[in-house]
Amino acid sequence: MSEFQPKIVAFCCNWCSYAGADQAGLRRLQYPPTARIVRLMCSGRLDPVFVLEAFKHGADGVLVAGCHTPTDCHYTSGNFKAERRVLLLKKVLEQMGIEPERLRLEWISASEGEKFARVMEEMTQQLKQLGPSPLKRS
Amino acid sequence: MPAGAPRVGVFLCKCGGNISDFVDLEAVKSAVEKLDGVVAVEVDEHWCSSPAGKRIREAIKEKNLNRVVIVACTLNMHQPHFMEVLQEAGLNPYLLERVNAREQCSWVHKDSPREATEKVIDLVRGGVARAKHLSELSPIVEKLNRNVVVVGGGVAGIIASLELAYGGHRVFLVEKSPTIGGRMAKFSKVFPSLDCASCILTPRMAEVESHKNITLLTYSEVQEVSGSAGNFRVKILRKPRYVDPALCTGCRDCTTVCPVKVPNEWNVGMDKRTAIYIPFPEAVPRVATVDEASCLYLKHSRPGKPVCGKCLEVCRAKAINFDMKPEVLEVEAGAILIAVGSEVFDARKVPQLGYGLYKNVITSMEFERMINSDGPTGGKVVNPATGETPKVVAFIQCVGSRDEKYNPYCCRIGCTASLKHASLLKEYVSKDIDVYICYNDMRTVGKGFEEFYRRVRDMGVKFIRGLPSEVKQKPDGSLTFNVFDTTTETLYEVNADLVVLAIGLVPSPDIEKVAKLLKLSRGHDGFLLEAHEKLRPVETLSDGIFVAGSCLGPMDIHDATSEAMGAASKVMGFLAAGEIVKEPIVAKVNEDLCSGCRVCVSVCPFDAIKMEDKGEGKFVAKVDEVLCKGCGLCAASCPTAAVTTQHFTDEQIRSQVRGILVGV
Repeated sequence: MSEFQPKIVAFCCNWCSYAGADQAGLRRLQYPPTARIVRLMCSGRLDPVFVLEAFKHGADGVLVAGCHTPTDCHYTSGNFKAERRVLLLKKVLEQMGIEPERLRLEWISASEGEKFARVMEEMTQQLKQLGPSPLKRS
Repeated sequence: MPAGAPRVGVFLCKCGGNISDFVDLEAVKSAVEKLDGVVAVEVDEHWCSSPAGKRIREAIKEKNLNRVVIVACTLNMHQPHFMEVLQEAGLNPYLLERVNAREQCSWVHKDSPREATEKVIDLVRGGVARAKHLSELSPIVEKLNRNVVVVGGGVAGIIASLELAYGGHRVFLVEKSPTIGGRMAKFSKVFPSLDCASCILTPRMAEVESHKNITLLTYSEVQEVSGSAGNFRVKILRKPRYVDPALCTGCRDCTTVCPVKVPNEWNVGMDKRTAIYIPFPEAVPRVATVDEASCLYLKHSRPGKPVCGKCLEVCRAKAINFDMKPEVLEVEAGAILIAVGSEVFDARKVPQLGYGLYKNVITSMEFERMINSDGPTGGKVVNPATGETPKVVAFIQCVGSRDEKYNPYCCRIGCTASLKHASLLKEYVSKDIDVYICYNDMRTVGKGFEEFYRRVRDMGVKFIRGLPSEVKQKPDGSLTFNVFDTTTETLYEVNADLVVLAIGLVPSPDIEKVAKLLKLSRGHDGFLLEAHEKLRPVETLSDGIFVAGSCLGPMDIHDATSEAMGAASKVMGFLAAGEIVKEPIVAKVNEDLCSGCRVCVSVCPFDAIKMEDKGEGKFVAKVDEVLCKGCGLCAASCPTAAVTTQHFTDEQIRSQVRGILVGV
């Protein structure tokens, strides 16, 4: 059997992190092909339901990426809202039997292609260690 | 939503091999063809080309498509073009969905084509699923203000302001220091023509002052920006000058009596100025300014007990007023042009080269002031340690540039600047001066630069291809260093009276400040990031905010003025329509679902949501579409799902997620 390849849904804000992922491409940085990006205008648009939806449908991990706190958010404070939601969601996930490490929050600016690639690498490794999502195993 | 069941057309782009070399588009095609609602899948070399656009329009007609999914590069490229294609085919442009198969796929997974192909298939599934839920939207059209705020009064800001003013726009030129002119005003001559810098710049500075369309706001800083593209409101802090510019005649009597002496910025700290001062004779405006930090009157006076005040006594125009307070001016503008410039590298960071340690090690900026006739030595090049004319001068290139320890980038001006300095030494000081230039590579990229390099070689300037690692002082005060010339493979010992360090340009704190204020992105080098380096070099990713000059990266005067003119004409193009077309990505409230809880009001960063009284105690949220920027914080917080953001509705996002994960 081939090695387990986790599937990640990455919610990226339009201004920083989506552009950061583009930057990784422009610089031809190579990282594991595990994530599928969903563009939101702001990380603060993240309805907790989106994350649950992703896990429900078989995602092994979810990344939420936005502009750096405290000052980079294109909409002033959306990243703080995202941070609060992710912290709460981690607790909810734990109660549901999903390891909270499967949900990750990162601040990635438009110039941080390297960081985007690094986060992808790290997250993939971590999920490989955790194995497939418990929702898929049951 | 358009009438009828979704009929989706998917257009897969090879991007000239950029995508198809790593992603099996035929496999993507056969997987996508099976998707529910997909009625056409086509592959092309470049969907962004004009004939391909025609093909998309034909496909829309032939297959009666009501959704289009383009699988190609990032949507930060060509989005307006593809929207236009849909529009021309009679389809609402918001029925377009983009899938990023290049920047976020083929370019980053070159070693795993199979997985990259799977990833594209997943992404297209998500895109198709989202596309099916897209709705027809109409842009929000708003009248715009034709005024422009230009931030920064260096050469780029000056040129841009004049272009805009002659184009009929009211310009507010904001400069933080007491005069405009920037770094260029300090230069002696400019390369490669060796024209005198002030002969080029000062007439234009005077034009700025006299132009009826320009409001010059020196000693001022942008404090706050609100509103949005087309209708910004800009708060400008006017720092107190303690001199009434309307009364001051620029006679400089005050400067002759002021007892304070502080380092003079105009001469890069090589001499002193007084606390009340006019930066330089050609300053615009030519009025005195009191430096709060060093003025005795302002620092030490107590009520009824004034200290000093000598300038008050001599000022015949009665222009000095120590009671001035900071003022805030609020202006309206349709566009903002950023030209805050850069600063020079601090040579003290490379202590082994002796700057700050030995008086006769100076920077290229200090040399520039020294050889300038209005500089601290009246145009005489001297060894600052002895006051004598040097016999041997050595230039060391790339100080702080092209060096991983400091700045990896090339400063782009150092080579030609040192060539200029060497030629000025030979031509205006003495042809007998021995001049060395120690360099990495001589980068003379520019019109006439290579010819200039040859001329300077012919003057007898000695070029050594290599950089010294350390400059030492000999007991007699002269300087010495060893340098290995990689062209002759010889180790030379150079003994010089004067060493000039060619320092590059680095991002100034102003860049960080303006980036934070306007939410602009900066590159990893700290300079501002343009929207696209080739296609949109003088725009930022924020609508209505334009950028020019060395705040984008190191550049010479020619490039700064070209960009300034480019940015000014981009601004004029942007304002010419008279109205701003805003993306309809804004919040929308379903009044029936709204419980009136006001959570959305509390999370909105832009005060765009108000409560509307519906009578009988019912209040519902109402969105001001002009103020709304579409972040979606309200939609994510609404407990009854009454608020959503157009083009990013819950259903659109959730179906995209589900689409991506089908088959997992």
